[in-house]
Amino acid sequence: MNGSGQEDAHRTIERVARESYGRLVAYLSANTRDVASAEDALSNALVAALTAWPRDGVPQNPEAWLLTTARHSFIDLVRHRQVAEASEPTLKLLREDSTEMTLSAEFPDERLKLLFVCAHPAIDPAMHTPLMLQTVLGLDAVRIAHAFLISPTTMGQRLVRAKTKIRDGGIQFEIPLERELPQRLDAVLEAIYAAFGISWDDMAGVDQRGRDLAEEAIWLARVLLQLMPGEAEVRGLLALMLHCEARRAARRGPDGRYVPLSEQHSDHWSLPLIEEAERHLAEASSRGRAGRFQLAAAIQSVHAERARSGRTEWTAIVLFYEQLIRISPTLGTKTGYAAAVGEANGPEAGLAVLDGIDPDGVSAYQPYWAVSAHLLQRLGRTSEAAEAFDRAIGLAEDPAVRQFLLQRRG
Amino acid sequence: MQFALLIYESPEAFAARNSDETDAYLGAWRAYHKAIVEAGIFVGGNPLQAPETGTTVRMKEGKRRVQDGPFADAKEQLGGFTILELPSLDAALEWAARCPAASIGAVEVRPVSSQYLRRVTG
Repeated sequence: MNGSGQEDAHRTIERVARESYGRLVAYLSANTRDVASAEDALSNALVAALTAWPRDGVPQNPEAWLLTTARHSFIDLVRHRQVAEASEPTLKLLREDSTEMTLSAEFPDERLKLLFVCAHPAIDPAMHTPLMLQTVLGLDAVRIAHAFLISPTTMGQRLVRAKTKIRDGGIQFEIPLERELPQRLDAVLEAIYAAFGISWDDMAGVDQRGRDLAEEAIWLARVLLQLMPGEAEVRGLLALMLHCEARRAARRGPDGRYVPLSEQHSDHWSLPLIEEAERHLAEASSRGRAGRFQLAAAIQSVHAERARSGRTEWTAIVLFYEQLIRISPTLGTKTGYAAAVGEANGPEAGLAVLDGIDPDGVSAYQPYWAVSAHLLQRLGRTSEAAEAFDRAIGLAEDPAVRQFLLQRRG
Repeated sequence: MQFALLIYESPEAFAARNSDETDAYLGAWRAYHKAIVEAGIFVGGNPLQAPETGTTVRMKEGKRRVQDGPFADAKEQLGGFTILELPSLDAALEWAARCPAASIGAVEVRPVSSQYLRRVTG
């Protein structure tokens, strides 16, 4: 095979791996619940493809080829496992479903079940997002560890432990029943949002945990939307993330300096992303049930409106925050509310909201101090503002944010 | 439990210690120190003078060996340490990420070995 054919083969492998990874892992593990072996089997199949495809040409149906190869590898893996008696039911399951589908190109998309398994209440909530990123998107433990600020070894161990729990803990691959769906779906949405990791208030200095994973989070939300097109909150989450993503380029000046939302040039925002976000939000609200992600997206939508009108309707933002606090009274929401009230009704009103927040929770919460510093400075309470700036600077992780706050502090 | 944050800094960062009161790195350190004190997790710690002020001593076959400079020959050198009282390594890594040195040098997080301390102190 010639050079360009080899390149084709490699590109195809890359593309199929990216697009089909989750589908293949989900399908391979749906019956056996053995996610770890499914992943190992699939990576063996991908390695085999790297040899076979450039040599023999890319198969007619690359995904089916990978699935067949992965299934053989899966059976070998399970057979070679030491505890022979424990693997017998798994082998039986693998043999049973191996006959009918290899010939046909179609196999059921089990990714939705896999997403619900990853965010199952029996799994440590801190592991919901890492599990999704690994099993549905195929991200390696090192990359996930970087984003979540955990040592790669520890992240690897936690992922293994979580997968063992899925296999041995009786966690079923199934769509939750109607009555438990809202809560279970919320855990899935929460996990996707955690990968995105930009806090709702974008005032000054944000916790950008997991920011490297924004694209992956949007991809996950798109997968989820494709699988549950009727769920308004799924669209709400996607709209929220698209709105934030639309402003990514505007968050940094040409010299890398941090630019807060209020000072961003709206012509640096991505109009196609804003339009897409607006479409999803409109579609979601036509379904009549306002959830927390739709409300958070609505707040971002008001901010985006500045691109057209040239001004920010803070009163509208305050109203959305009031509804949001009723559903989701988190520290982030309350802080964002205080910032919005500060803009709409003046800094004193904003400070009054901040004063109502439980002081025990805020000693390490950076946005609280950033908003506090901003409001105190506007009131001319210079020494208190300097104190709050110091706390916000000391808690900042991003050097650009730190620099921005140092300059503001004066 | 206690964690040591070992602060590794570049020659430039050491040189910046002589700059004036408006230095951004100094300002960031002041704010960081304030944040860890206010969070109630600060146990102790100190900055160290520049690595070239170090002197390393070894006893080799009963003879003294004294070397100018720090123990390890590396571009980034130990510039200080902070001991924090925290519930978990995850929390310690979070505070390490906020440390101003993490953006320009490196911060190593090591649990303090209270078990070994007990064996040493008896």
